[in-house]
Amino acid sequence: MIARLISTIRLGFKSLMLHKLRSGLAMLGIMIGVTAVIWLVAMGEGVSYQAQQQIKDLGATNVIVRSMKPSSGSATGSSFIIEYGLTRDDYQRILEGVPSIRRAVPMREIKGDARAGSRESEIQLLGVTPDYRDMNHLIVERGRFLSDRDVIGEENVCVLAAGAATNLFAHENPVGRKIEIQFNGKSDVYKVVGQTADRTPSAAIGGSLAGRDFNTDVYIPLTTLRLRIGDQVITSRSGSREGEIVQLSQITVTVGEVEEVEEAAGIIEILLEKYHPLGDYAVVVPSELLRQAEMLRMMFNVLLILIAGISLLVGGIGIMNIMLATVTERTREIGIRRALGATQEDVIIQFLAETIVLSAAGGMIGVVFGFGCIPVTYLAQTGLERWLPEVWSTLPTTIRDLQPRIAIWSIIASFLISVGVGVLFGLYPARRAAMMDPIEALRHE
Amino acid sequence: MRMAAEFENLEKHYHLGDVVVKALRGVTAAFPEGDFVALMGSSGSGKSTLLNLLGALDRPTHGRYILGGYDVSTLSDRQLSQVRNQLIGFIFQSYNLIAQYTVLENIQVPLQYRPGRPPISSRDRNRCLDLAEQVGLSDRLDHRPYQLSGGQQQRVAIARALLNDPEIILADEPTGNLDSKTGAEIMQILGKLNREGRTIIMVTHEPDIAEQAKRQIYMRDGMIAGEGIFPG
Repeated sequence: MIARLISTIRLGFKSLMLHKLRSGLAMLGIMIGVTAVIWLVAMGEGVSYQAQQQIKDLGATNVIVRSMKPSSGSATGSSFIIEYGLTRDDYQRILEGVPSIRRAVPMREIKGDARAGSRESEIQLLGVTPDYRDMNHLIVERGRFLSDRDVIGEENVCVLAAGAATNLFAHENPVGRKIEIQFNGKSDVYKVVGQTADRTPSAAIGGSLAGRDFNTDVYIPLTTLRLRIGDQVITSRSGSREGEIVQLSQITVTVGEVEEVEEAAGIIEILLEKYHPLGDYAVVVPSELLRQAEMLRMMFNVLLILIAGISLLVGGIGIMNIMLATVTERTREIGIRRALGATQEDVIIQFLAETIVLSAAGGMIGVVFGFGCIPVTYLAQTGLERWLPEVWSTLPTTIRDLQPRIAIWSIIASFLISVGVGVLFGLYPARRAAMMDPIEALRHE
Repeated sequence: MRMAAEFENLEKHYHLGDVVVKALRGVTAAFPEGDFVALMGSSGSGKSTLLNLLGALDRPTHGRYILGGYDVSTLSDRQLSQVRNQLIGFIFQSYNLIAQYTVLENIQVPLQYRPGRPPISSRDRNRCLDLAEQVGLSDRLDHRPYQLSGGQQQRVAIARALLNDPEIILADEPTGNLDSKTGAEIMQILGKLNREGRTIIMVTHEPDIAEQAKRQIYMRDGMIAGEGIFPG
């Protein structure tokens, strides 16, 4: 049985080698289809892996509550100063009201500028508690992170994120140095006590589309921020002055188990609803985001399979076309074989074997080219970065950091589909060959 | 005397649109083992149709065809294929070799379709080599048909026809595409095979070729018009 299979395949291969160019062109369709499937799936998997990592960084057992600026006109307060968002009372309410709570980390963030000597840099000023480090898995590269004593003592100390440190101190050690941060027309000096390691951006939360970049963060004790800057921050942007009063930008609530996340989120909603009729906050559940991302990925894959199906269909039609021509061309050979004892089945098997060899070979070459996805993407990325830095810098980080992940299922599926296409599209020409009248076939010129 | 092939009252009708063409209208003949018959007749006389029936390439509309003791007239397509493979050796006017195969591979083709489709053994291979030697092609085994002369190609076809040790050899104008010298060589081989006991039925329209057979059957209008025995 196996010997017969091998000899049939060998015969098919032999016939195909008679017309190398023709066979090659027929294979091309399948090859491109398979390569395209593997590439697209690998890209998609790469992107979704990135997104999932980012969401996982937010913590699966976390519920993130963020202050949201209400749409203009609905805020309370005077015309150019709006007051919104989470309050320290909300923090207390959450601490007391959520039974499964392990930890709640309050945080206030403001965009601003920092200066060190002659260097100035745009920063993200974060008032935090020592828990913030644990919660975000920050790695302290130099010095230390903020301590409880810093918070209690309302000390003028700060920890720089890697990017901020580089911007302000180039590659010197920032620990022990001083930086100056100005808000509301008043400037304060902070002593740098530590610097954190580089951190990848996280997924977008709280409705904003852009991922959050942590590299320009400057961390100071939450209490210090309140003392030195206060809840009200006035910024002047392009001539007009804007102000906002926000007590806390975010409260990150950690519960014990992933299963408790939903319930905790529900309780928080109920606790806050009463005090925030304007809905100036958002409750984000990273595990929910993860589910959504997973859904998105599945939809994307279905779409890809559809596209792949179409391209393989086109490839299959190409093969069928070639096989029909081959059958006509080899009518005489079919007649000879029939006269010498080949049954209709033998003829079907012979031609089917040829189509399957053709499509499977196309599929295999396609798989080989499919593996080219990773080096080609890498070359394209480094090439762009090197030769076209202007273009490179305008690309979103998703593309710049994209690492294609070849999915095993895409290889197996596309290869099997290509063989299936061979069977499907080979059947008609093979049947046509088998149904020929041997007498007519022998007489064919 | 044992009959290699015999048929009784064979009829073959074709449908061309609404018209029924009666290509054979009741042919009865018997071919004893070791016979060498030349089938003659003008085109349209029914000799090609008869040859197709003899070759189990087609089934008669009426009548019986017994080949090597088996009634072939009512077999299925699959069974007919087996009959062709096991009981019949074909030699065609235009040789009908498979272009992409070598001489040896062409001789082996019937082995691909043996009942049960066993793989080709070294014994099979040796038999093919012997046959190639019998027809004088031992030094051409790796050649492809286009590298051979017409006579050499026909000899490959003869070797192929002998492979399954057939009940009858059917030769359809075996010298039709050959010059007289090469044709004579082929006829010599056929004559030798017949002397060795093979039954040969040959279609030809050349009287000097037909002469070399033991007897001649003349066909006209789908019937046997006459029979002659040479010399005589």
